[in-house]
Amino acid sequence: MALSSPRPLAAGPVLPDYVTRKPSGFYRSLNPATKLAVAVLEVVAAFTIPGWSGPGLVLAVLVVVAAASRTLRSLIVIGFAALPLVASILVVNLFLLPGASDPIARIGPLAPTWSGLWFGLMTAARLLAFSSAVALAYLTTPVDDLLADFSRRGLGRRGVFVVGAAVQMVPRTIERAGEIMDAQRARGMDTEGRIWRRVRGLVPLAAPMVFGALSEVEERAMALESRGFTAPGRQTLLRVPPDRLIDRVLRWLAAAGVVAIAALRITGKVG
Amino acid sequence: MAIELASARYRYAGSASAALGPIDLRVEEGRVVGVAGANESGKSTLCLVAAGLAPGVIGGKRDGSVRIDGADAAALKPHELAQRCGILFQHAATQLSHSTATVFEEVAFGPCNLGLRIPEVVERVWAALRAAGVEALAARDPGRLSGGQAQLVALASVLAMRPKYLILDEPTSELDPAGTTLVADALTRVAAETGAGILLIEHKTDVLARIADEVIVLERGAVALSGPAAAVLADPRLSDLGVEPPAAVRLERAVRAAAIEWSAALAEAVR
Repeated sequence: MALSSPRPLAAGPVLPDYVTRKPSGFYRSLNPATKLAVAVLEVVAAFTIPGWSGPGLVLAVLVVVAAASRTLRSLIVIGFAALPLVASILVVNLFLLPGASDPIARIGPLAPTWSGLWFGLMTAARLLAFSSAVALAYLTTPVDDLLADFSRRGLGRRGVFVVGAAVQMVPRTIERAGEIMDAQRARGMDTEGRIWRRVRGLVPLAAPMVFGALSEVEERAMALESRGFTAPGRQTLLRVPPDRLIDRVLRWLAAAGVVAIAALRITGKVG
Repeated sequence: MAIELASARYRYAGSASAALGPIDLRVEEGRVVGVAGANESGKSTLCLVAAGLAPGVIGGKRDGSVRIDGADAAALKPHELAQRCGILFQHAATQLSHSTATVFEEVAFGPCNLGLRIPEVVERVWAALRAAGVEALAARDPGRLSGGQAQLVALASVLAMRPKYLILDEPTSELDPAGTTLVADALTRVAAETGAGILLIEHKTDVLARIADEVIVLERGAVALSGPAAAVLADPRLSDLGVEPPAAVRLERAVRAAAIEWSAALAEAVR
């Protein structure tokens, strides 16, 4: 274990460059609140504009922005992670959509329907648009920038911290799941092969994962307390994300967009 | 000035029996008090009680008194406790905030929570990184450190709060010999340079032999042995209390058992 880095860093009274770093690229350099506002508009559009145009338009915009901000690959990975949920939505709607009477075929007592398939695909597209909008905001916004921006606006940072830290903990949780799985394998648990064996292998994983996470939560809470997380007064911000004119314009446009979509929906001009 | 426990007894919430005490203990500034004991002997509970986190943060019931520089620990708010008494737990992963992009920002997390001005934050961070011997890691991602490095960064994070007392709960328990040496070196340096009073819970008695001025051994929540480190760690009752003596002590016993003369020069060479 080496403690030396390839390039020794000079200590000094000012913040190092890697702390005052500025994000590169247009979308990444937007204020976190702007990216959240855009994400809200995208979610509202995906769920409120009827038919395929809502989720289709949003997904198209997301793909373009993700490609421009070099997060397309990560976004696709997150999309794949949502596949089990998408599949379950499809299956449930395909077979159980209330009122659907246009069967594709009959499989014993089951009758998948065209309307069910159509509705399931559309719901899945909306869900994908929703998760991608949130994921894109997350992928292009460091948690500490979000925290700093919330602190500057005088908003409660506890909630943001909990969500942000929880997301950052995902790799550690995956690592621990692997460790527990290896331990179970070493004790003879068969977790390879057919799908039902894999599912059965998840059962002994659950308890250590849940209890381990609960005990970590208490220790993490105490560690945070010992670092003054609940100290009163304003926190010092090492780096404040810029809030430029373009940010304010985009936020107003996003808010106007949400209001316009809601108004069109209420007046029946769409949907 | 000291952390003083007088007839302190603690019972966890929902438990019928006391996990600790009654116990008397004094940790003065500039002194290192080591604590050893078998599993379930109350070592970690002692940490939480001495740091004022039990019952302050985790609940439960405490009798007797715990005073930090004369102030009742129960009357101090968590952020006030944090500046008097820093605590480091066993698992490095639970110590870090998981909300920062660099080690520098991770160490600055505590001072920033206190609302200190940026020049003071910067000064504290570099001093803490230097004391923990991890200055060269300042630009690294805290999520990508080895176990020993992460524990040292956690130690630096606690040091940046400038506590007068440090409570360390088995900081080397998850580390390999190289990591243990790194942490032990850093603790030796911190004890010598900061003048902080240190309460060090440690299974590895070689570490205690190297750092501690005094050692107490716990058994079922009470003090079974106490005194100068060299005397306690050479006490023949140590093994009966579930604590393995340091390698030097075991070697001396083996040499004497083999009827080989144990000289001062040999003892020095072993050290």
